[in-house]
Amino acid sequence: MPQITYIDSDGNKHQVELPLGATIMEGAVQNDIKGIIAECGGSCMCATCHCYIGEEYLDKLPEMEEEEDEMLEGAVAPRTERSRLGCQVRISNALDGLVVEIPQEQ
Amino acid sequence: MKKNVIIIGAGHAGIQAAASLREEGFEGSICIFSEDADFPYQKPPLSKGYLDGSQQKNSIMFRSEAWYENNQVELKLGELVEKVDVPQKTVHATSGEYEFDFLVFATGAYNRELPIPIKGTDQPLYLRTMKDADYLKQALDQEDVQDILVIGGGFIGLEIAAYAAKSGKKVTVVEYQPRLMQRVLPPMLSEHFAAKHQAYGVDLRMGVGVQALHQDSRWTASLSTGETVTADQVIVGIGVLPSQVLAQEAGIRCSNGIEVNKYFETSTDGIYAIGDCALHPNPFAKGQMVRLESVQNAVDQAKVIASTICGKPTSYHQVPWFWTHQYNLKLQMAGLSEGYDQLLVRGDVEGDKFSVFYFKNNQLIAVDSINKPADHLQARKWIQASYTPDLEKLADDSIKLNEC
Repeated sequence: MPQITYIDSDGNKHQVELPLGATIMEGAVQNDIKGIIAECGGSCMCATCHCYIGEEYLDKLPEMEEEEDEMLEGAVAPRTERSRLGCQVRISNALDGLVVEIPQEQ
Repeated sequence: MKKNVIIIGAGHAGIQAAASLREEGFEGSICIFSEDADFPYQKPPLSKGYLDGSQQKNSIMFRSEAWYENNQVELKLGELVEKVDVPQKTVHATSGEYEFDFLVFATGAYNRELPIPIKGTDQPLYLRTMKDADYLKQALDQEDVQDILVIGGGFIGLEIAAYAAKSGKKVTVVEYQPRLMQRVLPPMLSEHFAAKHQAYGVDLRMGVGVQALHQDSRWTASLSTGETVTADQVIVGIGVLPSQVLAQEAGIRCSNGIEVNKYFETSTDGIYAIGDCALHPNPFAKGQMVRLESVQNAVDQAKVIASTICGKPTSYHQVPWFWTHQYNLKLQMAGLSEGYDQLLVRGDVEGDKFSVFYFKNNQLIAVDSINKPADHLQARKWIQASYTPDLEKLADDSIKLNEC
């Protein structure tokens, strides 16, 4: 199972193993990682699972659809080119070793 | 002296209440009673991702098992609370009696049942719990189940109808009111959704009631028009009623829900009610008493009572928002549109990407957005801040929304 490191909203590191197909959001919520709120439960409707993806993994992610793109515009923390919504990124083997930073505010 | 909190209900409101209490530094004991024996899960996906298979059991859990342990939140699953003894500050549950200092009713709502004669060996299907969803999915996914009758043209009925229609089933929806989702949508949006359902072959019968159901090998529904509809499965989604019997029997004031004030305190000291079951004064409904059935309402109210219980009374002032997903139509609603006197449409209606802005006395009160998430998020900010955009600018598509 791919290993993902979350840096939570307090700056603490958590290394977790996530099953293939789980989303970054689900991984965070289920492992009690602080800072991912996921108000809408993964429907791409709330922008409270905003996270910053480690640079080297950006091109290994599934492509961002228009909906996610629009929702990210409304995210509270500043949007950068590393911004993604955790509920839209599913874990694959290519993401083994991924580091995800969670902003302080959602 | 450490206090005890008992929460009745393990839905969005109950679980968030526990989480928020710990976040606020509450150090007493927290115990959640859940009638449902399944590990606490979110209900909205049951008519969406869980039904179509894109979400599984473990992806709709609120929290992991470890979370409850780490946060010392005790779960009593599959336990019925039979009585609340107010003078003794005790709940009587299946496994015994438990004392509380604070009691939170997060009991939610239950399905309204068809008040008509039903003859047959099977029962029509309702959706509320995960077990219902498992049963429904299994019933709908069968090859020999081709004709589906959905009674009720509200959110639940229509989300299920959309799933069945997309799966290739022949669906008939019977709705008592003249149009779909009449409770919350204006005619143009009811019509927009109706057209989409019809494009998928759904047979919509509006302004029609079901008077009787009869089942032998198949179902036959007798309609108020005198016609009959036959089906392999019948699914009912005709609304819900607040789960308030426990509170009522304990002498707590209830009407359309358990009555609470702006701090979610019931008529009895130390007892609160939040979520689908709570009739509360809502500033976005001009202070009127309302009962809102939504995730946002449950979650935000839970956060408020956690602060209040921890000695920091906070009143509720969060813009209501909601969503439904049928086919490619993702409808997001911000604010409460009831009583609007003016509306403005902005965007591409034919292309299914537009927003409807509702005004009352020249004030923006709500916005419904279809596939325009950025509009929705902006609308929430505006309504939260009681801001009304310039109508002329709003009507001009070339001006960006955040410049209106």
